[in-house]
Amino acid sequence: MSMHTLSVLVENKPGVLARVAGLFSRRGFNIESLSVGTTESPHVSRMTILVDAEHSPLEQVTKQLNKLINVLKIVELTPAEAVERELQLIKVAATGTTRSEIIEIADVFRAKVVDVDVESVTVEVTGSADKLEALVRLLEPYGIRELVRSGMIALGRGSRSITEGRTLRLQRSA
Amino acid sequence: MQMTGAQAVIATLETEGVDVIFGHPGGAILPAYDPLLDSPMRHVLARHEQGAGHMAEGYAHATGRVGVVMATSGPGGTNLVTALADAHMDSVPVVAITGQVARRAVGGDAFQEADITGITMPVTKHNELVRDPARIAGAIKEAFHIAATGRPGPVLVDLPKDVLVETFDYRYPDQLSLPGYRPTVRGHSKMVREAAREILEAQRPVIYAGGGMIKAGGDEQLRELAEMLELPVVTTLMGRGVFPDDHPQHLGMPGMHGHWTAITALQRADLLIALGTRFDDRVTGDLTRFAPDARVIHVDIDPAEIGKNREPDVPIVGDGAVVTQQITDAVRRLLADGARRADLDPWWAQLRTWRDEHPLRWDQQADGPLKPQTVIDALGRRLDGDGIVVSGVGQHQMWASQLIRYRTPRTWINSGGLGTMGFCVPAAIGAKVGCPDTTVVAIDGDGSFQMTLQELATASTERVPVIFCVINNGVLGMVRQWQELFYGQRYSQIDLRADVPDLVKLADAMGCVGYRCERAEDVDQTLDKAFAVGDAPVVVDFRVDPEEKVFPFVPAGGSNDDVIESLEEWHARQDLPAGGPGEPGGAGLPTVPPS
Repeated sequence: MSMHTLSVLVENKPGVLARVAGLFSRRGFNIESLSVGTTESPHVSRMTILVDAEHSPLEQVTKQLNKLINVLKIVELTPAEAVERELQLIKVAATGTTRSEIIEIADVFRAKVVDVDVESVTVEVTGSADKLEALVRLLEPYGIRELVRSGMIALGRGSRSITEGRTLRLQRSA
Repeated sequence: MQMTGAQAVIATLETEGVDVIFGHPGGAILPAYDPLLDSPMRHVLARHEQGAGHMAEGYAHATGRVGVVMATSGPGGTNLVTALADAHMDSVPVVAITGQVARRAVGGDAFQEADITGITMPVTKHNELVRDPARIAGAIKEAFHIAATGRPGPVLVDLPKDVLVETFDYRYPDQLSLPGYRPTVRGHSKMVREAAREILEAQRPVIYAGGGMIKAGGDEQLRELAEMLELPVVTTLMGRGVFPDDHPQHLGMPGMHGHWTAITALQRADLLIALGTRFDDRVTGDLTRFAPDARVIHVDIDPAEIGKNREPDVPIVGDGAVVTQQITDAVRRLLADGARRADLDPWWAQLRTWRDEHPLRWDQQADGPLKPQTVIDALGRRLDGDGIVVSGVGQHQMWASQLIRYRTPRTWINSGGLGTMGFCVPAAIGAKVGCPDTTVVAIDGDGSFQMTLQELATASTERVPVIFCVINNGVLGMVRQWQELFYGQRYSQIDLRADVPDLVKLADAMGCVGYRCERAEDVDQTLDKAFAVGDAPVVVDFRVDPEEKVFPFVPAGGSNDDVIESLEEWHARQDLPAGGPGEPGGAGLPTVPPS
């Protein structure tokens, strides 16, 4: 497995997500996770795509993405040069006895308890994929009822911005 | 200026310089057809939207301009999909304008509603559903720009009916807003210098020129480079005519059914100068065994093609004509500084020997069955480089590309990438509409012909005098060939009946002039009559031998070392063990029918 993180700036227009997803599907590229949201500019969205590059050469993925008219810029964010985070919510089975253990484990991971019930506890955690997986492994013995992950987002370290070095002129035509 | 969305569509198309629209009206697009009546633009009414789409393609192929097709919503749009996919695969500039149900109805399964932007996303360069009449001009202007620049391709603009009907203040935008679209034109100068060096040093170079060079208009630049250094040239199925077939340096066409010398020259080269071409599987065969000793210079306007199938030693992104000129200039500078081209005499001696020893062959007996190659060869000699040939898909297409000598770009038009049967009739009509003073000969197979023959009515009604030559063998010839060679002569669903439809009666019914030819000795006379008609479309029913097979042949997934030139050779190789005598790639042929 060789996961690569691509940060893709796209025009915030209807259908852009479908275009990117469709491209990956028809070219046979593997998406491990995809997260998309707004940026500092309302006309631009940012997609963070985790690509399994073992089966699809990253260069082809990037070049084909660039061919999409709505794609503005693509940057690869390597773990060394970027801050990578994912959000995860885990609903763990919990009895009166086990609840405090679960909360202790959560504390170690700087995770929060966001819901409590007679039979379960829901834990919220953010961090790298490794951290999230480690927490899941520790909670598994208690019984995981339900789990949801957000998909990774990432930002390059340092003061430079992905939009630097090129002005994104986005005047709407008349 | 106050106008309706529909008027804005017509006004914008006029501003873009459109002179003809191919189309078919319908409910959702109806508003746009009204101002069309008052427009100087010509509209050619097709009988099926697929026909209109291929007409737009044929027009674009022949003229180099953007072909325009207009259709309605729902089935009108879905009928366009094949033509759009074809344009996408062959990089043909087409703008499709489709009607759509009203904005409030979109997504609710309205009458004649289809998510055409969703459906055509994978087969268009770009598309857009316009939600505001003020956006119409910009969307269409951008569509033309995207279709015609960079790597050309089809763009679809979808227009809801209520947007067409709404009145608003129209203004044609001065500027485009496409921040994510910046095709590269000039090649990187360092790479260009590298390329020049490599070319001078190579001892077995070959220029491998494709359709991209035609789209770039780079025939003169290609000729200058080739002649300056006496470089051998091969032109692909999509690139034929970009370098004259009768030029002494032209080796022929590579590919699954290419010329032996061209295929082998690529395979044995030590340098491939790939210009505007994409290392398609029909040319390379098995990629792991393609041109094993060759270094590669790859020039293409689409960065995604570079390194997709073959990793180049010198990648250059840019326009084919511009970069070829840059390379020529760089070579000149190196020569002026004292560099010398390697000695190509041994290579040329080899190439000339190959060319002499591996001509195309077919066996026309004087009173035997009429061979398809005889007809096509006669057509080619009659045209003598003048005129446009348009073909369908199948055996006839391969013979038309092999046997006819093309001298200039845009004189050979076919569906290469998608291989769309039915392309021929409408595309020939589109080509003739675009080039009314040029003779247009359509060479079609009877199978392909029956897919879009309703457009003969269009040719007749619109007075488009194409000469349609049907190579009628009564079978699906290419399928029959594969079933003969790979499925032990088990013929499944290939029989069409040469006499159903009776093509002469059909021609008459369609308002065309019909002729039939069944013997070799009648071919020239029949063509004399067909070419003399002049003011009406002609259909010639050439009844030919169904047993002919296209050779040379490199079976799919095979190596270009194993080019088969005849049925005898094919049978001989079937008996050889794998890795047969003397052939580097191994002469063992696939026993499982390849794809």
